Order: sequence, then C-alpha cells, then structure tokens
Amino acid sequence: MKAADAIIKCLEKENVKIVFGYPGVPVGPLYEALRKSDIEHILVRHEQAAGHSASGYARATRSIGVCIATSGPGAINLITGIATAYADSIPMIAITGQVRTDLIGKDVFQEADIIGATDSFTKHSYLVKDAKDIPRIMKEAFYIAKTGRPGPVLIDIPLDIQNTEVEFEYTGEVNIRGYKPTINGHKGQIKKAIEKIKGSKRPLICVGGGVMSANAEKELFEFIEKSKIPMVHTLMGKDGIPSKYKYNIGLIGSHGYKYANKAIAEADVLMLVGTRVADRATGGSKSFGKVADIIHIDVDPAEIGKNLSAHIPVVGDCKKILRDLTDKITEIDTKEWLSEIAAWRKEYAKTRPTNLKVNPQYALELLSEMIEEDAIVTADVGQNQIWTSHYLDMTHDRRFLTSGGLGTMGYSIPASVGCKLAFPDRRVVAVMGDGSFQMSMPELGTIRQNNLKIIFLLFNNSKLGMVNEYQTNVYKNTYGVELNENPDFVKLVEAYGFSGKTVNDNSQLKGALDEAMKSNKTFLIECIVSADESTL
Amino acid sequence: MNKYILSILVENHSGVLSKMAGLFTRRGYNIDSLTVSITDDPSISRTTIVVSGDEQITEQIVKQLNKLIDVIKILELSPQKAVSRELALIKVTLDQNTRSFIIETVNVFKGNIVEMNAKSMIIEVTGDEDKVTAFIELMKPYGIKEVVRTGLAVLQKGTEMY
Repeated sequence: MKAADAIIKCLEKENVKIVFGYPGVPVGPLYEALRKSDIEHILVRHEQAAGHSASGYARATRSIGVCIATSGPGAINLITGIATAYADSIPMIAITGQVRTDLIGKDVFQEADIIGATDSFTKHSYLVKDAKDIPRIMKEAFYIAKTGRPGPVLIDIPLDIQNTEVEFEYTGEVNIRGYKPTINGHKGQIKKAIEKIKGSKRPLICVGGGVMSANAEKELFEFIEKSKIPMVHTLMGKDGIPSKYKYNIGLIGSHGYKYANKAIAEADVLMLVGTRVADRATGGSKSFGKVADIIHIDVDPAEIGKNLSAHIPVVGDCKKILRDLTDKITEIDTKEWLSEIAAWRKEYAKTRPTNLKVNPQYALELLSEMIEEDAIVTADVGQNQIWTSHYLDMTHDRRFLTSGGLGTMGYSIPASVGCKLAFPDRRVVAVMGDGSFQMSMPELGTIRQNNLKIIFLLFNNSKLGMVNEYQTNVYKNTYGVELNENPDFVKLVEAYGFSGKTVNDNSQLKGALDEAMKSNKTFLIECIVSADESTL
Repeated sequence: MNKYILSILVENHSGVLSKMAGLFTRRGYNIDSLTVSITDDPSISRTTIVVSGDEQITEQIVKQLNKLIDVIKILELSPQKAVSRELALIKVTLDQNTRSFIIETVNVFKGNIVEMNAKSMIIEVTGDEDKVTAFIELMKPYGIKEVVRTGLAVLQKGTEMY
C-alpha cells in the first residue's frame, strides 16, 4: 500500500476516531487515504484551531488528539496549538506535510522547517525520510505522546514519501533506549514522605494538572479521605476536583484565593502532586511554602527543583504513588488546622457588588447552577479565565479546560469544538471575552458545518480587560486596549444560523441561559459587563 | 562558577545536535566546548559538553537533556576521575631567528610540526586544556596567525563502561 494509507491505518490502529485539519497539496495523498477511511475529518477554519480542537478533544476524552496541516504556512499556523498543548502537557499528534525530499532545503514554495520551528514546543518530532519507518515512527509517536509527562509529538512527512509503496505491519513493542519514563515511586522516598506527613500538624496538598493527566483523582480523594489532609489546587488542578469538596480550599497563586495562599504560607508540610508550581501558582512569592518541608511528586524529574527546591522528591506516576501513600498513611489530626483555614476563608471571603450591569460572579454561579453536572466548560484567557476559575462550581463529573501554561487567547472556541465532538451528548460551554471571541471567530464556520450545539458565554466590556487593568495599575494610563468598535455579536452569530441574546443586567440572565440550554443550535449569551469590573 | 564535563550518548540521527544546542540556547546555558563524533556503535554518537555554572544549573541542564528522547545516557564526569584530551592546530609565523626556538618548544610539548614553509608552520599539540593553553601562550610572542581547538574529548577512568 501507499505510505499515506499506512499512516491512516496506523491512526486507525491507535483508535483515532476524529482528526482536525486543513488540507493542501503536500498532504494530498494523506487526505485521499483519509477519505477512504472511517476516521472523521473536521475541517477547521485556521490551523491554529486544529491544534486547539485536538487538544480540547484529548483533554475531554483523556486520550490523544490528532491534527493535520499542510507544509509551510499550514504547519506554521499550527504552532500556537502545539505550544499551548505542550505548556499544559496535553498528549497530541501533529502531522504535517512537507515538500518533496529532493526539494527540502531549497526554499521552495510552501517549504518551512517545521521541526526546527517547533523544537522547543514538542516532546519529540520526526522528519520521515524513509517510508519504511512509518509504522515504527507512528507507534513511537503515540507512545511518547501519552506516556511519562504527556505532550505533543510532531511528524513531518514529505509528499514523495506519502506516495511510496510500503509493506504494512503494525506490531511489536515500542523500545526507545533514550526514553524510559519512571512509573513507580522510589520506596525509600515514599517512606520518608510518610514519616514527614505523620509528624506534621499543618499538612497541605497542592494539586496540579498532572493529577488529571494521570487519571488519579480517585487515588487523590482516597488519600485525602484517609489522611484528612486538606488540599489547594493550581489553575490546571481545578479540572476534576469538586469545588465544594470539604477538603478543597481552592485556587492558589497570583490570581487565587487569599486564604488558599495563606494556607500554603502557613503549612508545615506541603505535598505537591503533579504541579511544577510555576510563577502564576506561587505568585512569584518568596513566602510560598517557606516554612514547609516540601514533598514533590511529579512524573517529570526535570520539574523537581526547577521552580522550588524539594526536601523529598518522588518521581513517578502520581496515580501509583498516591496509592502507595494511601496504603501507608494513617489519619492525621488536622481538626485545628482545618478550623484555622476555615476562619481565614471567612475572614477573606469576598463577594463582588452586584449592581453593575452583568456581574460575572453572578453569571458564572448561575451557569454553574443551571448546567448539567457533567457539563464541559472551556475558558479563554484574560479576566474571563480568572472569573471562571473562581466562580465555576466544579461538580463530580464537570470538566474545566483552559490554556493554563501558555495563556493562549482564542483557545475556548476551538477547544469547545473538540469537546463537543468527543461528547455530543454532553453540555459544552465556552466562556470568553470580547477579545478572545474575535481571535477564534472563524471557527463559527466549523461549528455550523458540523451542526454542533455549544453555548458561548461572552463577557463584553469592549476592552481587553485584563491588560486594561494592568496598564491602569502600573502606568496609570491605558493604551491599545479599546475594543469600542466591536461588531454586533448577536447579529454575527445569526449570520452563521445560530441564535444569541445580549444581556444587560443580572435579571435577564436566567431567561437567556434557559433559552440557550433549550436551543437546538449554538447559542451566544453576550453579557455586558462594566469596564470597571476587576479581575479579582 | 565551576566547570562541568558532560559525556552524552545520543542516537546518531540528524537533528539531534540541533535539539541539544537549541536547549542550551533557549534556557540560557553557556557551552564552553562541545565535541561530537560517532562511537564504535555506528547508531550512537558521543557528545562531550563542557559547561560553566553552579551545581543547580548543571543539574537542570542534565535533567533537560535527559528529557530529549534521542539522548540515551548522560554521565557527569569529574576532572579527577576522567582523562581529557584536546587537540589544537596552531599556525605560527617563522623567521630565521625564531625557528629553532619554536621547534624546541614544540619538542618539549611533544607536539608535531605538520606543515612548514619559509614563512610559517602549523603545529599540532595534544593534551589537556591547560597544556594546550600553555603552549598557545608560549607561541604568542612569535606571532600566531590562526588557531583551531577541538574542544575536550573525555573518557571516564577505569574499566567501567557505559
């Protein structure tokens, strides 16, 4: 068979159901093979969205997302999607077309060194030089993407290679001598961690996105239930953790809750699980876990000691390590510590005044109340992201997807497309600002073409709100942040055959949400919010 | 700042060196010297990188390099436990008065004269970094035209191998 058919066959063997892509001549053979397969191809309107949709799909399904772009500009447009997935450790396979092997390096039409351009955003990449290598490369790529610390893997395939005849065999174990991720935690380190925790009076767990990557929520709860140790989480750690869980104190960091940060500062043993404690999580603060002995559990050894030096590092799969810890832990007397935290929570509790136009807190709390328990919510980047991270109530099956590491605007819409295609029967809501909506607006076409039913919750303050606030605080002036010639968003979505409603104050919100939820098509709720509405 | 020697076994593919070099660039690590060559196993190359930094930075470099799929193994070598050699070629200006002095120095350093004409000669010197540097310093007064140094090639002492 042709190598192009072999590639698609590999995707089928890897159980790929959907790919997100944008064709061009250098992926011609691949698309012809795709046409003949059972895999569904979703034509996006910009390659960047193919990356975000694949990454949203991967997170929602906890499997691997696949995106395809043509050579040169197509591949380059994909970079933002790849880099966003890399920053959040999302398993993804990006397949790009490349010019013919004999033309590589000659600067021909639509040629770009995509391997070089994405070197710092991919977990690994392959330029296929021999068609015979395709099954091995595909197998390795899927293995690398999903094991250890997950991440995107790029496969660049020249046009002539796609047309080469090959024998197809997709068997054998993956054996890469330079890649052997650690799975089991070191027994001695686990023992040390247990001893440290047992001797503590104010222990605290900090949960990051790694817990979700490892599918380890259940193991986390079991550990917490047995030990009675409270937890805080990073932005990436919000996904999958019920907000009202009695041991969940909430979001930490520069945009987190004051009481959660206070708990971090006062803890005597801090157990980091699947988090690299990046600058946004620590708030750049020197008091972060300052008095605590730090136990750091992560699958990526390079994260140990990178941002914070750990007293007891434990490298491995946190699902396994949490199980080992649960086996050995006993109940810790945290009553006093919990009541102390509860007192801070009361002391620092803050409610947004509700008298200004639409109150984002009210809107998101109402949304949380009204949508189904298993709804999937994506949030964009800017004030809308922080509001959602504060006020979206996570229930047991609810999901929360956002670009945490890279902070990529324009993520919410294409990511919601990925989620909806993954789970057509679940409610999908994309939360965004007027800035981020306009960054991924072309994807309305993708949504229309595939008859997807998504709710857009758009906070419109006719500004790039977060930058506006930052400039006001730092420079006492603002520049380049006005969006006062915004289009009529409702009319805009109507042009695509969707419905929409502008909501000017809180009282209209319930009706609008009700209508959106009952609607049989994509529905935009444009919430007019005051430009004075602060991030925190 | 200390000097650290990293001996790295990598897959012998194109693009591996660029991945390693790119990692140094974007994380702001400095390379003092770098050598790459094939080993007795043609599928494996050995890269020897000498870096300056503190212990924490070096630890991060090693961890980040280890994350590269094509990196098979990294050994951090301490100068005491390793044999290191560098080769330098030095083109020095000649005249009637200086020739014998230069040849004498080359002999002391167990160097070789690999090319010579009326006006200049090319000298080959092998040794550890200090020896090569000392030789170059001694040649400076005669007039050095060009110098090329290979960077350190290092192997761990003893029978152990990896």
